[in-house]
Amino acid sequence: MEVLTIKQYEKTGILSLKDLTLPNDEQLKKGVAIIECVQEIPCDPCVAVCPVNAISMKDINDIPKIDFNKCTGCKRCVGICPGLAIFVIKIRDDNALVTLPYEFLPIPKVGDNITALDRAGKPRGNAKIVKVNRSNKTTVVTIEIEKDLAMEVRSILLD
Amino acid sequence: MTVDNVPNVRTCITPLEENIRVLEQDRVGELSNKKKFNRKRKKIDVDIVIVGSGPAGMMAAITAAKQGVPSILLVDENHLIGGQLVKQSHKFFGSEEEKAGTRGIDLAVELMEQVNSVKTIQSMLKTTIIGCYNGKKNHKLIAIKRLIEGDQLIEINSKSVIFACGAMENMLAFPGNDLPGVYGAGGVQTLMNVYGVKPGKKVLMVGAGNVGLIVSYQLLQAGVNVDRVVEILPKIGGYNVHAAKLRRCGVPIYTSHSIKEVYGNGKVEGAILVAINNSFKPIPGTEQKVSCDTVCIAVGLTPSIRLLEQIGAKTEFIAEAGGHVAIHDSSMQTSVKGVYVAGDSSGIEEASTAMIEGQLAGISAATLLGYDKQADMLKKKYRKALEGFRSGPFGIKPKICKEKIACCWNGGINY
Ligand SMILES: Cc1cc2nc3c(=O)[nH]c(=O)nc-3n(C[C@H](O)[C@H](O)[C@H](O)COP(=O)(O)OP(=O)(O)OC[C@H]3O[C@@H](n4cnc5c(N)ncnc54)[C@H](O)[C@@H]3O)c2cc1C
Ligand code: SF4
Ligand code: SF4
Repeated sequence: MEVLTIKQYEKTGILSLKDLTLPNDEQLKKGVAIIECVQEIPCDPCVAVCPVNAISMKDINDIPKIDFNKCTGCKRCVGICPGLAIFVIKIRDDNALVTLPYEFLPIPKVGDNITALDRAGKPRGNAKIVKVNRSNKTTVVTIEIEKDLAMEVRSILLD
Repeated sequence: MTVDNVPNVRTCITPLEENIRVLEQDRVGELSNKKKFNRKRKKIDVDIVIVGSGPAGMMAAITAAKQGVPSILLVDENHLIGGQLVKQSHKFFGSEEEKAGTRGIDLAVELMEQVNSVKTIQSMLKTTIIGCYNGKKNHKLIAIKRLIEGDQLIEINSKSVIFACGAMENMLAFPGNDLPGVYGAGGVQTLMNVYGVKPGKKVLMVGAGNVGLIVSYQLLQAGVNVDRVVEILPKIGGYNVHAAKLRRCGVPIYTSHSIKEVYGNGKVEGAILVAINNSFKPIPGTEQKVSCDTVCIAVGLTPSIRLLEQIGAKTEFIAEAGGHVAIHDSSMQTSVKGVYVAGDSSGIEEASTAMIEGQLAGISAATLLGYDKQADMLKKKYRKALEGFRSGPFGIKPKICKEKIACCWNGGINY
């Protein structure tokens, strides 16, 4: 029998930071996309949508690779990704902006109060919505949160 | 089920009407009112008939029409064109060419508009093919069309047939699986996304493949509470991106767990789960109760091949295909000349690959009838695209499936 090593995220569905390619502080200050898509699945719209060719793939099953130096943080890939797996993070002096895809009703509005949730759906404090865009029925929401939570918060619950 | 005294009705595709009477049927059905049936029979002659208007069937029709085939008939028993696509409210994976990032339902509308804009394609909905026969010169299909003034029997004579009938959902055997509230995931998706009906308030999902994960997420979107997803295997079978979406909404996924039974008085009131060991046996003492009013089963699909069997196409059991499938060559032709298969009917896969297989089948059927516009070049392109989709780790199953089918085609191998 073949020896099966099952990765933690294959059991839980939750990625850890070790599974991801992360940008450096400089790049985070500029605002860049974090791609949380780590399996070889037949999918590539993120590559085609990026206006500066920051995302690349050898073939359709390859894992998307991002060049953080090219990425401008324009958020287009956030709205197109069918896996809802791309987030844009921008670290500022005293807080962070997290942009995430949101596909529930009602459609959030700028100024709405929300509870920030992490990858396991655990509440990680309150935040405000600072920006809302709509792209192909996916709402792309930007929230303002504490700096330390920028790599943790990946979902929201409207209050 | 019996609907308005008519037995053997598939209620899942019967539109709801005022004062409709739906009864459970536990024996061979008998017609009480024979007048309901339209006595006028109809005969239709066409070049190609396509059974099933899912992504495979629609692409087959469009492609054959582009080759210049003068009369194509697209038949579907549903009242909507599009097959599985009409209920898929999520964005599709795949490549730019197969419209990745587009939602299934938007894709259905786009393809439907293409089908409707071609004069040589006639589509016939609410029509079930109930039998098919392989004649000397042509193939004969028997269809029943549901009309307001009674059902009509139609005889379709066609030079070539493409079966793109999709698949059926698998069920699990456990005590209580016949209680109202136990659904197939596809059924739940139809209720929510086609008819706008919530299946219940609190759902237990069984199966963490892509279908289980996606339907769980769509339940959340519809405002239904999903208690958890259970999966008998030690790992999640679907894409991590789908699992991650659920997890960050707070839905737990229990791998190495299965459903033992469902209990309730006349309807689902809860389920008993049990942990599973490495040899897939339940671990005694690990039972736990979950209260819920809906249990949703998403444990795979089986290709629909009954018509293919009837017409005499050679079939084989191929585990990776999801059951018995008609074996076919690399142009999607079965062992019966002029009879083709495409999409989930030829092995469970995806809408993207169903579309490409449909294109292959459409081109091949057209070529056989003498219509050929760069057919060879196009076939090569489609085969290459299929290879691409099947080259990653999630494409292993369909890849092996198609390799086995090719083996069987070339003389056969015992598995
Ligand atoms: C929840 C879910 C999510 C999915 N997500 C994706 C995804 O993200 N990306 C992707 O690529 N794929 C996805 N798929 C898979 C995809 O939907 C199917 O692989 C695809 O629809 C198969 O296409 P098809 O044309 O073979 O069959 P279908 O779409 O099933 O169409 C078959 C049609 O045939 C008709 N029919 C059957 N028998 C008869 C008869 N006797 N007479 C008349 N008509 C008949 C049926 O009514 C049906 O309309 C998903 C599937 C499910 C269930
Ligand atoms: S945020 Fe814009 S620039 Fe950066 S990867 Fe996405 S699409 Fe490309
Ligand atoms: S679009 Fe999303 S799911 Fe598809 S490859 Fe890119 S990151 Fe992964």
